[in-house]
Amino acid sequence: MTDQPSSNAKDDLTSKPSSGPVGLLIEEPIEKARHPFMEAWDMFRRNHAALVALLVLVVIIAGAIFGPALYGRDPFDMVWAPFTPPLQNGGFILGTDYLGRDLLAMIISGARVSIIIGLAAAFVSVFIGVSIGAVAGYYRGWVEEVLMRITEFFQVLPTLLFSMVIVALFGASLPMITFAIGIVSWTAVARITRAEFLRIRELEYVTASRASGARDLKLIFSVILPNALPPIIVQSALMVGSAILFEAGLSFLGLTDPNVVSWGQIIGSNRPYFLDASFTVTLPGIAIFVTILCISLVGDGLNDALNPKLRSR
Amino acid sequence: MNFLRVTITRLAYAALLLVAVLVLNFTLMHMAPGDVADTIAQSAGGIDPEALEQIRREYGLDQPFIVQLGSYVGRMLQFDLGYSFFYSQPVTDLILDRLPATLLLVISAQLLALTVGVVFGVISARKPNGIFSHFVTLASLIGYSAPVFWTGLLMLVIFSLILPWFPVAGMRDVTIENGNFFIHTVDIARHLVLPMVTLASIFVALYSRLSRASMIEVLGSDYVRTAKAKGLQTNQVVYKHALKNAMSPVITLAGLQLSAVVSGAVLVEAVFSWPGLGSLAFQSIIARDTPTILGILFFSSLVVIVGNQLTDLALRLVDPRVGRTK
Repeated sequence: MTDQPSSNAKDDLTSKPSSGPVGLLIEEPIEKARHPFMEAWDMFRRNHAALVALLVLVVIIAGAIFGPALYGRDPFDMVWAPFTPPLQNGGFILGTDYLGRDLLAMIISGARVSIIIGLAAAFVSVFIGVSIGAVAGYYRGWVEEVLMRITEFFQVLPTLLFSMVIVALFGASLPMITFAIGIVSWTAVARITRAEFLRIRELEYVTASRASGARDLKLIFSVILPNALPPIIVQSALMVGSAILFEAGLSFLGLTDPNVVSWGQIIGSNRPYFLDASFTVTLPGIAIFVTILCISLVGDGLNDALNPKLRSR
Repeated sequence: MNFLRVTITRLAYAALLLVAVLVLNFTLMHMAPGDVADTIAQSAGGIDPEALEQIRREYGLDQPFIVQLGSYVGRMLQFDLGYSFFYSQPVTDLILDRLPATLLLVISAQLLALTVGVVFGVISARKPNGIFSHFVTLASLIGYSAPVFWTGLLMLVIFSLILPWFPVAGMRDVTIENGNFFIHTVDIARHLVLPMVTLASIFVALYSRLSRASMIEVLGSDYVRTAKAKGLQTNQVVYKHALKNAMSPVITLAGLQLSAVVSGAVLVEAVFSWPGLGSLAFQSIIARDTPTILGILFFSSLVVIVGNQLTDLALRLVDPRVGRTK
């Protein structure tokens, strides 16, 4: 009985784990291991603008997926007199275009094409950019030199003109448009990936992995890349936005698959008459504007959530 | 001496880039379905296969790829960009005719965006949580998110249709016949305002964001504190000491954005019927006029390359550290 306190004091000094779970819980109860994703989500949630933007985006994407079936009107059907203003006779909420097609049906249908091309083109450019940036940053030396020269070359090409040329020469199919957008917009991703690889490859845990026998491919894909992801993810989110803008620009100029509707194409085809019926170009433009605005806000939110420099610890 | 060596290296590199653009151009043309002979045959309204073969021989299209490439690059470097069968004119003449309008638009929009962006950025950096700072953040977000051709159309609706202040299209008023230099300048300036503001609106966002961040960083540095401690006035510190150092990342970004500005100009020219390279590109793509399209790609890349060299020079003037490191 008498030696009980002294044995306790001894245990405290040596702080053996065998002293029991009670002491451990009292001393460091605050930090519980959490999944990094949850931590990022917590940071993201604090940015209210980004949260609202994310909700709006979800609505837009849901509209693109289910909208055509729910609304049920073919965007190519000529349903009423041309240039019927919004909310006038005929009951067309957004009015009709220069051929008398329902503008709301066109915008809903256009959402699909714009968003799919935006996502696919962003995927292409992120794929190219990460590959080139990772190889350049990992291998360094002449490989890096050559790849970075290629990157600079693509920075010099006026992006829109180059994709116009590709689409004009090889045909305006959706895959070709996606490729044409992806091939001109990967340079920013490549530069960011390379910078991250240059930084991370010198860190000790990479040296440790290499010392324990990891091969190049393993080091690139499962050691360095996961840690380089945060800025790449932010950039990829922004890429989706700029790819949608890019597609809108191309289809505004008429470089689009004539068998589908896209937002830019609605504006482009109504452009000759916009001084008489400006709603035919302003309304589809609002769809693009809101989508891009939301993507930018979500990108900002992701940046806050994933950028370790801004974290409290 | 070092300055000269760096300059020569940069110029050689720029020339190499230009040749690379040409190789890409030719490869694209080579890969695309149909060739010059087909175009001639088409514009002649059909032709028999023997004549087609003869045209191919005349234009050297039966030669191996590398020989054709060599002669193409050689011709291009002498600014012989081929012949446009659609416009019935040498492509070089067509482009040189349109180039000044594009240069005017691109340079004025870039300068406007830089000026407004830097002013916005600096003012909001001085009070990072002030109301103006929030306004700048919001405005740049809007400017970035709106598709440029849509902004242009809205501008036209507001400032040409509702408020008839500016002309709807073109670069000159054709009804002015024998005006003097001054009248023509004012006329072009009036036509320039809306396209210039539209094109600049995308880039104001980028420049103001970056100059705000850069300025905040510089204002927190030691030498600014020293300057303040010496008793200099705040304005003097901000505009004489800090601004110059805060500008180098902005100038670098402006250089990187040049190809985007030229791309934006294509859309803006299409909206405002501005008689530059962009609307020429637009028309020749509709007409499937390959030599003209590739000639425009070549020339606009040249514009970007020359612009990059000038940016580089500006950067070295502002920041003496640049160029010494490498």
